[in-house]
Amino acid sequence: MKTPSDRNSMTFASITPNEGLKIAVEKGRMGVLGELSESGLKGRGGAGFPTSVKWNLAAAAHDTKKYVVCNADEGEPGTFKDRFILAEFADLMFEGMTIGGFTIGAAEGIVYLRGEYTYLRGHLETVLEQRRKAKLLGKNILGKKGFNFDIRIQMGAGAYVCGEETALIESLEGQRGEPRNRPPFPVDTGFMGHPTIVNNVETFAWVASIIVKGGKWFKHIGTEKSTGLKLFSISGDVERPGVYEFPMGITVDQLLREVGGEGAKAVQIGGASGHCVHQKDFSRKIAYEDIPTGGSVIVFGRQRDMLAVAKNFLEFFVEESCGQCTPCRIGNEKLLEGVELLEKGCCSMKYLRELCSLGETMQIASKCGLGQSSPNAFLSIVKHFQDEIMGRTAIE
Amino acid sequence: MSEEIKTDRAPVSQRAHKVSAGINGDALGAKVTVQIDGNEIKVPLGTTILEAANELGIRIPTLCNHADLCVAGVCRICVVEIEGSRTLQASCAYPITQPIKVKTHSQKVRQARRHILDLLLSKHYGECYACFRNNNCELQALAKEYGVDFFRFGHPSKPFYEVDRSSYSVIRDMNKCILCRRCVRTCIDLQEVGVLDVENRGYQSKVVTYMDKLLGSVVCINCGQCINRCPTGALRANDPTDEVWAAIDDPKKHVVIQTAPSPRAAIGECFGLEPGKALTFELNTALRQCGFDKVFDTNFSADLTIIEEGTELLLRLFKNLVKGDHSQPLPQFTSCSPGWVKYIEHFYPELLPHMSSAKSPQQMFGAVIKTYYAKKQGIDPKDIVTVALMPCSAKKFECNRPEMCDSGYKDIDYGLTTREMAQMISEAGIDLPNLPKSDFDDPFGTATGSGIIFGATGGVMEAAIRSVIELVCGIRIEKLFEHARVMPVRGFEGVRYAELALPQIGPVPDLLKGLVKDWEWIKGATLKVGVCHGTANAKKVLDDIKAGGQFSQCHFIEFMACPGGCLGGGGQPIPTSPEIRAARARAIYSEDESYQIRKSHENPAVVELYQKFLTDGPCGHISHKLLHTHYLSRGKYIA
Ligand SMILES: Cc1cc2nc3c(=O)[nH]c(=O)nc-3n(C[C@H](O)[C@H](O)[C@H](O)COP(=O)(O)O)c2cc1C
Ligand code: SF4
Repeated sequence: MKTPSDRNSMTFASITPNEGLKIAVEKGRMGVLGELSESGLKGRGGAGFPTSVKWNLAAAAHDTKKYVVCNADEGEPGTFKDRFILAEFADLMFEGMTIGGFTIGAAEGIVYLRGEYTYLRGHLETVLEQRRKAKLLGKNILGKKGFNFDIRIQMGAGAYVCGEETALIESLEGQRGEPRNRPPFPVDTGFMGHPTIVNNVETFAWVASIIVKGGKWFKHIGTEKSTGLKLFSISGDVERPGVYEFPMGITVDQLLREVGGEGAKAVQIGGASGHCVHQKDFSRKIAYEDIPTGGSVIVFGRQRDMLAVAKNFLEFFVEESCGQCTPCRIGNEKLLEGVELLEKGCCSMKYLRELCSLGETMQIASKCGLGQSSPNAFLSIVKHFQDEIMGRTAIE
Repeated sequence: MSEEIKTDRAPVSQRAHKVSAGINGDALGAKVTVQIDGNEIKVPLGTTILEAANELGIRIPTLCNHADLCVAGVCRICVVEIEGSRTLQASCAYPITQPIKVKTHSQKVRQARRHILDLLLSKHYGECYACFRNNNCELQALAKEYGVDFFRFGHPSKPFYEVDRSSYSVIRDMNKCILCRRCVRTCIDLQEVGVLDVENRGYQSKVVTYMDKLLGSVVCINCGQCINRCPTGALRANDPTDEVWAAIDDPKKHVVIQTAPSPRAAIGECFGLEPGKALTFELNTALRQCGFDKVFDTNFSADLTIIEEGTELLLRLFKNLVKGDHSQPLPQFTSCSPGWVKYIEHFYPELLPHMSSAKSPQQMFGAVIKTYYAKKQGIDPKDIVTVALMPCSAKKFECNRPEMCDSGYKDIDYGLTTREMAQMISEAGIDLPNLPKSDFDDPFGTATGSGIIFGATGGVMEAAIRSVIELVCGIRIEKLFEHARVMPVRGFEGVRYAELALPQIGPVPDLLKGLVKDWEWIKGATLKVGVCHGTANAKKVLDDIKAGGQFSQCHFIEFMACPGGCLGGGGQPIPTSPEIRAARARAIYSEDESYQIRKSHENPAVVELYQKFLTDGPCGHISHKLLHTHYLSRGKYIA
């Protein structure tokens, strides 16, 4: 049985600091890309885009300026593993970013730090300063001529949508944090119009680890399509909440056993925008090909009211939609109104079906991932817990 | 003659939405085959799905997209299905960079569009039959197209917001706003004024002014370009038709109307005609049938403006170049576009000394009617009601400026837009396009072609050049420019520059004898002029002047607040697009050539006015009192 948030039991603690950066410089850009491709690493922010593909595109782009951006906006409800990395393994994350700069040919890295994590800034600045002193940042890093890279921190201001990479870039540029139309993608037209890689905090930490331990090592953990290890943020009705490291492909059942969450009636995987998994599906795997996640696992015990859960998530989205596009801005409001009707026991089956079909429209017609995933929880709760949520009498 | 849309002046956020060369760079410049609903077409790389579909004649509905504005991709009504893609894509924002297969009306697409429409309608307060955009509303049209017969997600029964009626020009009713953000993009990107933006997130998003202040108290220049681009009735002009009807119905009132060339070239659009057909003389008949006592041609005062403004220019040149007196610096700026006037007052007050002090044609006419005309006709000016038919929403603000009362009365009582006039005409049951033609009334009836072309960008400059050349050089303009077409200042390019060497000097004409002895001092000079339209372009020119660039060397620059000039004004029929504006320009230029007299200084009514009334000549005392004005240094910081 694992202990929650146990720093020393994690792979990251076993990595010799800055070993990865040295190896990367020795191997060269193609070497790094080859290793990442071999590892099968996919983005740890949630969308699961293959990191090697993203970096390859940015490395191949022709431009005098390129950027490495670390997405430390961690706004997904129930996610706090990035905070853990920032506090415990910041060095490794910065190292990953520096390898990124080396690989794609960028001279500037930016950490977009969640507004609520302002208290971590001092610590991060200290680590950066130490790295500069140790010539791990700045000009001619590790004595390699022309390898110039430095990192600065820019604060977010608390909007969840700014975790979406193009909204994040808008925010970095000083605009309203609203997602852009894609294509073009950031690897092509990113920060200030230059090729930019945006990666999750954890992704960068794994990059550094993979360069040290080898892509083969990573590939042999997890499933074929979801390789390697992953940090999970476990919260809710469990005995031992906290941050854990598990291999990808772990089943919900196994995970619940590890954290003391047996007997749950449902688990929300992937945060508010993820899916609500019913007890009968606990044998499913947490993996990109089955139940994808950015690492958030919220466990609901027997006593939880699933309608209240749906309401809570929808309230979040109604607030956090950037308000740009119609399906998300108004759609979430309509779903929330629907939940309120259900609470009062006066939502007809016909209207509920209409709302579910609206949810499907939101999934495919919204402009960004927020709107596209916001109805997920509602839809899975309606699907799996219909008996529980229908037929209520109004509570006066 | 199509107007180029320059997206490089778009805000950074929008610029990044352009297709970039990086994608599939090897194939850049190449064509790519796309299949839409089974029809194949080859398009240049980066063409949007919407553009490709248009080319194939396949209609995809749009709301937030507009031909004059950069891409937004926010309303999502134009979504289409791309084979192999999980999500639908907004066709207006999706650049084609590889061969794709598109379905524009699959079940998923139709369902999504119905949902999106129903969602918009659930937040759109207002009844179609009580809305000025009834039958000309893009939301309403889509509801019809998609057969909306009930409100699936409800419909508001109460307004959410109070209607903002604080501005003389633009009324904002946010209850009808569907957040397509066309107005925001118009104001920030097209006009670079930046009065409107979106505030808050999610369900609280709202288009607001600075600190949600009333439109009448922010730096709005009243150009009304946002009105022309609003798909619904959320933005409209402040409509005085009730007051105008009341004046017509009052037997004691003598109601005169002046009509500007641009509304005449466009009003047919409100009656279902193709853009580009001027109804000048049919309109005269209609206005008389409506009950106006006299119908005058604004061209008369446009000609007057040219004489006053042109004389002022010659005086300025003399002062600056001969006397070394720079109190009224060069270049001189035109002052007939009230949106432009308010723009410079807010954003470049330090450059106000460059402004010509001449009033706009609308205001000159008012001042002349309530003095000269009143006396001539023996009517007490207090019983005269002056109405101006203008393509413009800013004219409403202009006629309410407190200083515009030099006749002793309000020079112009009401400004009507083209749309409002069309409304009055249809209310009177008049079939405008099929009316017999009739002439303007005397004593201001004779018009010249120069007055007409004021309506198009470059027109004021062209009219001024025609007169200045003839008055100074003593030759006919046709000798220099075939058919008096001063081509160097025509066109739709946002900013234009032209040089014109004066070929010779002639004798000083009678009109100007009181002001200059001879033209020796200007002999051999080259006249340098500039033309720009749209305040975004005005900004470029002003910044260039401040930086000491090319335009600081100019003598005279024409500024128009609206893209295309007056013919693209904020009071013109909706919709607007580069093609529509080009068609209106063609109507205006062909009307110019149909006139016997093509130059302002040859207008007999104007000549007579100087002989009988403005007896101390152009820029003399009487004209200064009645026809000239001053400006306010407003600044952009508002209390
Ligand atoms: C609404 C929304 C919020 C997001 N928030 C975050 C976040 O807080 N942190 C993060 O790493 N990625 C977040 N993402 C995912 C990013 O858009 C992007 O996919 C990710 O930063 C890419 O990094 P990765 O490939 O390393 O995962 C969010 C996406 C959406 C649509
Ligand atoms: S889906 Fe929501 S968050 Fe994303 S662009 Fe649309 S309104 Fe904004």
